[in-house]
Formats: sequence, structure tokens, C-alpha cells
Amino acid sequence: MARVRKRNIHLSKLCSFSCCRRPSQPSSTNEHDRIGQKGYSRVVYCNEPDCEEQIRLKYRRNYVSTTKYTAANFIPKSLFEQFRRVANIYFLVVACVSFSPLAPYSAPSVLVPLIVVIGATMAKEGIEDYRRKQQDVEANNQTVEVYDGNSSFNKIKWKNLRVGDIVKVHKDEYFPADLLLLSSDYEDGVCYVETMNLDGETNLKSKHPLEVTSFIRDVETVKGFRAVIKCEDPNEHPYSFVGTLYYECQQYALSPQQILLRGTKLKDTDYINGVVIFTGHDTKVMQNAMDPPSKRTRIERRMDKIIYVLFSALILVSFIGSLLFGIETKKDGGDYGRWYLRPDITTVFFDPRRPSVAAFLHFLTGLMLYGYLIPISLYVSIEICKVLQSIFINQDQAMYDEETKRSAHARTSNLNEELGQVFTILSDKTGTLTCNKMEFVKCSIAGTAYGCGMTEVEIALARKRGETLDEQRDIDTVESREPVKGFNFRDGRIMNRKWVHEPYRDYIEKFFRVLALCHTAVPEVLDPGKIFYEAESPDEAAFVIAAREVGFQFVKRNQTSIQLRELDRSSGEIVDRVYELLHVLEFSSTRRRMSVIVRNPERQLLLLAKGADSVIFERLSEQGRMFEAETKEHIERYSEAGLRTLAVAYRELDDDEYKRWEQEYVKAETSVSADRDYLLDEKANRIERDLILLGATAIEDKLQKGVPECIDKLAQAGINIWVLTGDKKGTAINIGYACSLLRHGMKEILVILENPRIAAVERDTEDFAEDYEIVEKQIDEGISQVTGGSSTQFGLIIDGKSLIFALDKNLIIRFMELAMKCATVICCRTSPKQKAIAAMSSDFSIAQFRFLERLLLVHGHWCYRRITMMICYFFYKNITFGFTLFWFEAYSSFSAQPAYNDWYMSSYNVLFTSLPVIALGVFDQDFSARHCLEYPSLYKEGMDDVLFRWTHILSWMFNGVLSSVIIFFLTANSITGQAFRKDGQVADYSVLGLTMYTCVVLAVNCQMALCINYFTWIQHLFIWGSITLWFKFLLVYGSIPPTLSTTAYKVFIEACAPSIQYWLTIILVVIATLLPSFSYRAFQTRFRPMVRDSIQT
Amino acid sequence: MGVIFIPVGLVTLRASHCVIIHSMVVEIVDRYDIDCVPEPSRMDKVSYIQDDSIPKNCSRFMKVHKYMKAPIYIYYQLDNYYQNHRRYVKSRSDKQLLDGQKYHDTSSCQPVESNNNRPIVPCGLIAWSLFNDTFKFIREGAELIVNRKNIAWKSDRGHKFGKNIYPFNFQNGTLIGGGKLNPEIPLSDQEDLIVWMRTSALPSFRKLYGRIEEDLDVDDVVVVNLMNNYNTYSFGGKKKLVLSTSSWLGGKNDFLGHACVFVGCSSLSLAIIFMLLHVKYRRPYGDMSYLPWNRKSFSG
Repeated sequence: MARVRKRNIHLSKLCSFSCCRRPSQPSSTNEHDRIGQKGYSRVVYCNEPDCEEQIRLKYRRNYVSTTKYTAANFIPKSLFEQFRRVANIYFLVVACVSFSPLAPYSAPSVLVPLIVVIGATMAKEGIEDYRRKQQDVEANNQTVEVYDGNSSFNKIKWKNLRVGDIVKVHKDEYFPADLLLLSSDYEDGVCYVETMNLDGETNLKSKHPLEVTSFIRDVETVKGFRAVIKCEDPNEHPYSFVGTLYYECQQYALSPQQILLRGTKLKDTDYINGVVIFTGHDTKVMQNAMDPPSKRTRIERRMDKIIYVLFSALILVSFIGSLLFGIETKKDGGDYGRWYLRPDITTVFFDPRRPSVAAFLHFLTGLMLYGYLIPISLYVSIEICKVLQSIFINQDQAMYDEETKRSAHARTSNLNEELGQVFTILSDKTGTLTCNKMEFVKCSIAGTAYGCGMTEVEIALARKRGETLDEQRDIDTVESREPVKGFNFRDGRIMNRKWVHEPYRDYIEKFFRVLALCHTAVPEVLDPGKIFYEAESPDEAAFVIAAREVGFQFVKRNQTSIQLRELDRSSGEIVDRVYELLHVLEFSSTRRRMSVIVRNPERQLLLLAKGADSVIFERLSEQGRMFEAETKEHIERYSEAGLRTLAVAYRELDDDEYKRWEQEYVKAETSVSADRDYLLDEKANRIERDLILLGATAIEDKLQKGVPECIDKLAQAGINIWVLTGDKKGTAINIGYACSLLRHGMKEILVILENPRIAAVERDTEDFAEDYEIVEKQIDEGISQVTGGSSTQFGLIIDGKSLIFALDKNLIIRFMELAMKCATVICCRTSPKQKAIAAMSSDFSIAQFRFLERLLLVHGHWCYRRITMMICYFFYKNITFGFTLFWFEAYSSFSAQPAYNDWYMSSYNVLFTSLPVIALGVFDQDFSARHCLEYPSLYKEGMDDVLFRWTHILSWMFNGVLSSVIIFFLTANSITGQAFRKDGQVADYSVLGLTMYTCVVLAVNCQMALCINYFTWIQHLFIWGSITLWFKFLLVYGSIPPTLSTTAYKVFIEACAPSIQYWLTIILVVIATLLPSFSYRAFQTRFRPMVRDSIQT
Repeated sequence: MGVIFIPVGLVTLRASHCVIIHSMVVEIVDRYDIDCVPEPSRMDKVSYIQDDSIPKNCSRFMKVHKYMKAPIYIYYQLDNYYQNHRRYVKSRSDKQLLDGQKYHDTSSCQPVESNNNRPIVPCGLIAWSLFNDTFKFIREGAELIVNRKNIAWKSDRGHKFGKNIYPFNFQNGTLIGGGKLNPEIPLSDQEDLIVWMRTSALPSFRKLYGRIEEDLDVDDVVVVNLMNNYNTYSFGGKKKLVLSTSSWLGGKNDFLGHACVFVGCSSLSLAIIFMLLHVKYRRPYGDMSYLPWNRKSFSG
């Protein structure tokens, strides 16, 4: 591909007017004074990483490790992490005590499940950490070009980078460390970086080096470069940097403008040279990444409470048991009592003479025996489930964005179920609701509005008014040409050279020339005939493209000129015209305008300007105000239609005036005084006046695909949506209608400080009280409306200034009361500071807003349901099991004899009931994704926390107790007593235990099968597999010699399997166990349907 | 959903039918622990049973009310006897039962692990408290032959109790618990012991004593001559003698049958209730008009 080398210029070079430099904060000078003191002690010897002083400072290398453990500390540290959980400590203590005679079962049988569970958790931790390690290795082994001190740049690995090294980073590469920008391939050293990884913003940001270093470009200049940087110590503030460069006996203040952060990417610049300042863990991004706060979900917090409830139940049950045991034991004291227990020569544990001591010791034994009430594998199962769930989220093809090739990404798996319980969505507008892809749609030139396409907002407004859309207009505008990116302007009066017949054709020509000339974009010819523009912002690109489409094609630029290919009106031919470029006065957020000074081929000096309407209008000359009224009206209309507007103006300069100004400007430019920026600003101001208004542009930032539908669904799901935007009130409201934030029949509540008032507030603070009262009054009115009890929905519109008052500690409660009752809150005119959002610390990221619908309504709903079901089921299965032990105790005079063989018990949580519940937590879907989206009100289940209310949890627990009662009493009465086999054998202790255990495993797994709504082969495999596993276990365990298998020896093969009574009993017991909960559910579904049930039937 | 109850109910009822019809098992139960104590001693049954000088023989009459087909199983039943007490269950040594005196670590048998510093085989509370009432059955003057072989589990005889292990130092202590063992017979053939050492699940239990391999006719009177040796008096236990036939399902099991009937009936009645309610409050399929999101209009 023939690629034309981009000229190494950038317009900011032409006047090193760096208005991009942040207006120096008043405090910054103070900060610079503190260099060398505490917190500002870092010293970097540029280009001398080997010098003694540098080595003595012992700064870290660029090696990065994000792992939690090392090979050495893995075992102790991960064990420590594990045993920070109360439940795990309990099990550890039980395991230790199990070696003493207190234990009701053998020590290995309690150790093994603990080791399995702990081992599983550690394995999971280990795998996760290994992944991190691999990522680290990958990052550490990336290569970067480093100056070797002699004659060339050599590639070395990132991890070997040292402070003071000079590196060369090429286009589209990530910066290996925090660098000080020295120079780039542009003459003025400017470079562009993409900070998406840091803040999620997709637009490029420019960075400017100090002028004195911008010449250091090739090996020769690098070789001679020696300087010292003194700067702040490593810290986690990515947008601040305080430092001083000592270079050739001069001091230069450094600002964040010169710092290139690790984690960001070089864009649109061929290469840069930089000095490494912060390496490895000292970099800003790593400092930020330290210790991510571990977030705990509401479910988890409640789960902890349930664990405490279970602990109390455990203590209570043990207490009852030991009390009764004490009484029974005391009875043995007189006249031998139960002589077969030899109470006369007993140990302290069964001593009838000291029943209280025996009872106390028995209490401890009970705590161990009924420990099965506490689900040992709960935590590890939930963690495994969440990891698998987030894999599903990440892999969901429906959330894959073709354009950016990004799928949804769950950075942490901790919060999955919280996705199903979102009350409020806070959203930015630009780039979140919108695509951040600007399209030129309309313009107003010389008081005439052009562009007849309808914007999304206009369509929405028309719909709101109930107008039927005039389809005719749409068809009119459809032309047979392929759509141009960034350009959606349709007007027969302008397009296809028709503009030459318009009355104000001169203005139209000038207007588009301004658009074609007044910018900082760079053309790039990819294919012959196709020009692509690289611009700082998509707005700017849209202007250049618009000019090109109308017939003012910007083809070439170099340091001093811009070449346009445009129509010569007199001859009707396409000609190339070269404009001499004299100055660029760049755009900045304070200036809110940009202008260029050019000399056209007719040797006329022109100043071309575009900027915010208010800024341009106040700089118009008397004769330049010809179309002010019309243009203002059009701008008003455009902004109501949700468009971004700029005013366009120009001015003819005479040579003398320009020369005088230029001299002053150059003088200001070269001055070294502190107020240089201010001076430059002022000089620019002097020439940007007496402008002649040409018109205004309107650019549409299209809403992302599916945004209104998505918001509509989310609103139906009952989620409140807050949108923060910098737009004006009118624009904000109209956009609100366009994206369904505000809907038909919704009542608007306004909390607005009128514009003039805002201005007043900005200037002085005296009127605070008054403003406060206004806001308070509006909020109170709003509350009285909202609490009116009508069923209408409310939308609250509040502006940035009011928001400050509303968030005041006196008002915030009332404000939140109001805001929570409103389905939508739009905060307009908010300052960027109020909007600040960092993607780096996000927990989930998605490529498109519309995926939010799927993420919340589908995945959120599923995850919430899965996790809550899983937890409830866990408690159910353990309570069922634990209480059968207790009922058996009642029949063994509370002697703490377990009803089951030791190994049956220890396998319960890890072998026979663990996998199905994990499958439930990973795969279960109560409704298909389609249904979840179709019926958003399903989502309310999560918001109301229906599945994790105490009543719901307690009903599951009650069900567990009930199941255990049914299982124990039915089994015990069915098979004991009479002969249970044809050959007259009776059921003994081991047969009862085995039968009961079979019933528990079957009942609990069948209960699971009833809960599951969505069967995959995995669920079938796990559920029926667990049951068959139990029988296989019996066969294997039963064939081990009796000294090891004790009571399990051949029980199944010899006694149970041939007994019809055994099989009959387990069928009966399982049916009887499932019957109550099943009929309860059937009843509930039929007669008290929740949302879900109505959809299911 | 209610439809599911119908097959469940039918299946369970069918099962209960099987249980009740096919297990026409005849069972005779006779409690003898009080009646076998002579009237004068009934005030202090404990000292009666502990007094070795008093003969403990006793005769009971059991009337056969229904034809009993051989084999007729003889059980003794103990009530309120906690064979499942933790102290009791643990007090045995499976290794010693297999290896005899060669196995020395009998600490698990406490408190009956040794006597006069010599180990006891079999050790432990269970063996020590061996049941030792004996029964003889006479019909019309002729003694009924009681087969007392193969009353223990095959696996127990084969693998749990040693073939060459003989009782040693058993019941030689100051306090004699239950029955004694013939030291000439190896443990694997001591079937009474093996049966006894299969500890029961619940405090009320039956254990197999033997089999009568002759049919008993209606109105036959069986005279039982028994030795009432075993002390259940000190802890208020009961002793019963049970004669029972057996079916393919095992012994007489009214509970299982009734439970099946109950469960089956409840599922059927639930099914009926659900169907009635369904007919009464019929809701057309797919009518979602009352669902929350249709009650409130969200359309914008």
C-alpha cells in the first residue's frame, strides 16, 4: 500500500502557543518549591542510568509483578487467607479436636473434607495467580528500544528498563514505564496518546514536551543529552505531576503535559523519545492498581449473617442435646442403671457422678457432630461458580461488538449477582449513550438553514407530539450514494455543486473554506483518491469531511501551507489552491474557539475562526452581525434537536495590523515570565475580534444503536437511570426523549437555577443562601408531587449548580428521597469534574450501551438467581443432613453417636452433593435470555431481593428441617423392628444409617432436580451421577476389609441391595420428602403467582 | 403441575397394595420379662435377677392364631436398651475379633479390655453384655427343632470374626455382664455373639434367635421353656419373644404399608384439589393481562 509519509509538522509548531497546557494552578508554584523535600525527593539522571548517583538511589527496575503470592509464601499466605473466615476456623478447630476422645467420629474423616475444600480453594487461588504471573511475564518480556549510550537504540525487555534510560516508543506501542516526553517525530515534539486503559475515554490526548528538549531526536542529539529531573515521589494520582528539569544550567518546570503514563498507547505519532522516570511498581498505573478494594455484595453480607444463624442453631441444638444427655447420664448413677454401659468404671465423658461435666464435654462433642449444619464447601463452591459465571459473561456472543472487536469483560467475578440487583444506573452521555461518532448534519449559512435530514431527537420529539412522521421527507433525502462516515448532510440546495445558485453563495464558499482550513487535522492518503483525515477530535474530522463532500477538499498540508482542491466558480473547473498558513491559535477548553491566519492565493490575509456561539458572538464586528438573529435562532433550534453547534466566522486582516500583532505575539511567545500563557492568551484575543459571522454548524453525535430500546427495557425493569451531561437543559430534555429516558406520560420535575443566576453564583458567593432556598423549594415541590400517590412516572431534571446544593448535607436526604422516586434523573450542565469516571477501576466493561440490557436483565438476573438459589439450597441440604443426625441422637440417648458411618458423613459435602449445586450455580436459567429481555419486570425479583429475603431463606431452612423429620421417622419406622429381608434378618445400626443416607442423598438431589429450570446434559450428569456415585461408593467402600470399612462392610451388597423393603422404603421416603415442598410450590404458582410463575405457565 | 401427583399417587398406592396384600405375615409376640419373675420377687426384680441361687427357668404358652408356614423365625426383642449408645458402640475391637490375642491394642474396648492383666477375647462392652436368655419350644409334648445355624450375617461369619480365634479370659472378671461363651468354639461359629454384636439402630430392637423349620397350625399351643437370665430390670427394659413368618418383603410391616397408603392418598387428593381449583378458577392460557407490566403502561 502506498503510504504517503505524513509531513513532520503539526500546526501547534507554527505558534508554540500551547494553550493546551493546563492553566497553571495557583498551587503549582508552591508545589514546585517543595521539590527536594519530603514527598518530592525523586532524582533522575537522564541518559545516565549507570552513573553512581543513580545507582545509589536504588530505584526499582521495571519488573512488574501483580501476583498475590510467590512460590515461597503461597502456602502460608493462602492458608491465612482461608482461615480468616469464621466457618473455616471452626472447621479447623474441629479437625484439631477430632484427635481427642471428644470427637464423635474419626479424625481422618473430618480432616479429608477440610483438606479437599481448602485444597480446592488454594488450587483456584493458585490457578488465578498463575494466570496473573503469565500476564506479568508477558508484560515484562515485551521489548522496547533503548539508547545504549553509544550509537544506537537497541531492543531490550521491559523488565530490564532502568530509571534514566532514554527510550524510543513507536506508533501503537504501549509506554513501558512513566516517561518524560522529550521529542517526537513532529517538529514541536507533540504526540498523541490513547488513555482508554486508564480512564476509558476513546479520544486522543495530546502531550507536549518542553521546547528545549524537542530537538533531541536522532542518535547524535540523544548522545549529548544530559539532564537531571527532580520530581515527586511515586504516587497514585494519574493527573498530577510535579517536577523540575535541570538542563544546561536552566530550570524548567514539568507538568503532567510532559508525562507519558504506562498503560497508555502512542497514537498518530511515528515515534517519541522519552526518559524513564517511574519504573515498575512506581508507575502511576501500578500505584493505582495496588490492593483493589474487595467488594462484597449484599448477598454475601447476608450470607454471613445466615452462617451466624446456623452457628446459633448449632449451639442451640448442641445445648439441648447435652442437657438431655446430662439427664440421661445422671440416671445411670443409681443402682447400676444401664449396667451394660458400665457406669461404675466410666470415663469423665459418661460419668453419672459428675453429669454436669459430662454434659459440658458432650456439648463440645455436639458442636463437632452437628457441624454438618454449616456447609463447609459453601464458600469454595460460590467462588468457583462466580468464576465460571464471569466466563459466561465474557464469552457471550450477544455482547460482542463487531466494530471494536470487544466482548463484555468482567474484571472481577465477585459482583455477578449484584448485577441482578441494580437500582440505579449512572451514566455519562457522550460516548456512553452516544457513539462519540460525529456526523455533520446541518448548518446555517448567512441566516439560511440547510440540511433537511431529521435527527433522532427530532424524530423522538415529533413522536412525543404525536405527529406522524412525514415519510416523504426521508425518501427525498435518500440518495444513491454510499454513506460517508462522519457526514449525514442532505440538502439539494448545497450538494452536487448546487450551492453556486444560492443567493449567498459567497458566504457558503467562505463558510466551507473555514471548515476546510481552520483545523489541525492531517490528511492521509490511503488509496489513491481516498483521503482519510487524522484529527484530534471526531468533531473536527466531521468538519473537514463535510467540506470535502461539498467540494472543498483538503488534500495536503505542510508546515506553511494548506492545499485545497476546490471549484473555481468562474471557470467551473476543479482547481488546486494553496493557502499560506501563518498562525494557528489552537482550541482549548478555556478559549472555546480556534482560529487560523492564512493568506489566500489572492494574497488576502484572513483570520478564520470557529468556536462556541457565545464566544464568537461577542467578538463580532458591527457589520458582521448581519445574520446574528437568524443564526442564533438556528443554533437554538439545533441544540434543542440535540446537536452540537459551533459558530463560524472570519475576518480580513490588513498587512500592517498583522505585522504589528505578529511582532507582539512572537515577543510574548519568547518571554520566559510566569505569565507567558496569560500573555499569549491576551495577544490571541487581540486579533480575534471584529469577526464577520458566516453561520453555524450542527453536528450530531448519534445515539448508540439500541439505546432507546435498552433504556426502555431497563426502565420497565424498574431501574432508575441517571444521566450526566454537559448539555443545556433543553438539549438534555430533548435527548432524554430521544433515548426514552423521558417517556410519554411522564411528569417532569425541574430543579433548575436560572441561567443568569448561575452566572451570578460563579462570580460571587453571597447569593448562596438564596440559591439554596430556590433549590430547596423546588425539591420540596417535587417531593409533594411524587408522593401524590398517582401512578405516573416522574423524571427529574436537575442542573449542575442545583446539584451542588442538593448534595449539601442538609438537603441530601430529601433530594435522594425525591430522586429515588423518579424513574429518570437527568443532570444537565454538569462540569467535567462532576462527571469523572474511571474505567480502570470498573468491575465490568461492555463495548456498547445496549449490551447493558443483556448484562443486567439476562446475566444479572441469572447470576442473582443462581447464587441465591445456590446458597438457599446449600443451607437446605446441610440442614436436612444435620438434623437427621439430631433425630437419631434422640433415639440414642443423646450419646453423640453419629447415625452414619464416618466416611459417609465426610463425603456428603464433597462428593455426593457438591457438583449438582455448582452446576445449578453455573448453568441454571429460569428463563431463556429471550424471555428475560421480553419481560423486564422479571428483574424486579432481584431488586426486591425476593429470593433472598429472610422469609424465603427461612422457608428453605424449614423445608430442610421438615425433610429431615420425614426422612428419619419414615425410614426408622419402615425398616427397623421386624425382619427387613426375606431370610428373617433384621435391620441393624449400619443398615438404618445406610438407608437414611441413601434417602438423604436421593431426596436432596431430587429436590435439586425440581428446583432446576433448565437442564443441560451437565446437570443431568451431575445430579444422577452423584446418586450413582453414592451407590458405587457403597460397593467400593463396602468391599474394603472390615477393619477399615467398619460398619459399612458389605452392608449394601449383602443386606440392602437384596432387600425389597430397602428399595421400597427409599422410594416412599423420597416421594414423601419432596411432596410438601412440591405441593407448596404448585400451590404458590397457581394461586399466588409471582411474576415468574405467570410467565412460566 | 398437579397432574404429576396422579401417577405418583397411583404408583404409591399400588406399592402399598403389594405391601399389605402380599405380606400376610403371621406374628406372635409375647412379653415375658415381668411374668417370668415370681410374684414375691416382683417388688425387687433386680436383686432377683442378680441372685444366681434362684433358678431362672420359666414357661410361657403361645397360641398360634393363624397357620404359620415354615420357616418360622424366632426373635428376642429388647426395648429401652441403648445398643446405639456411643460408649457402647465404640467398645469393641474389630481387629481383635479377626486376629485374637495377637492383636494387642485393645484400648478401644474400654472399659472391658483386660482382666488380671490378660486380654479378654472378645473384648469390649458389647461382647461383655451378651444376651443370655435361652428358649426351648415344645408342641404337643414334642420338642420343636430350632435351627440356630446361619442366623448371623454371612460376611460377619466369614470376614469379621476369626475362624481360629477362641474366646479367652471371657467373663472372668468380678462383674459378669451377660452370657458366657464356650471357649472350644471359634468366634466365627459363635453365632449368638455375632448377632449380638451387630448393634441395633434404635433402643427397641429384635435379634434373630433361630428358626423353627416346621409349620405351625392354627390353635397349636407352643410351650416355651426359657431361662430368664438377662437383666433388663435395672434400667426398665422389656423382653419379648417373637415368632414370625416371613414374606418376600420380610417381616410384618404395617407401617410401610400405611405410609404408602397415606402418601399415595395425599398425592391423589392433592391432584384432585388442584384440578378442581383449576376448573373453578380457569385462566385462559396466555392471558397475561393482569401481570404487573401490563397493568402499568410504560410505552413512551
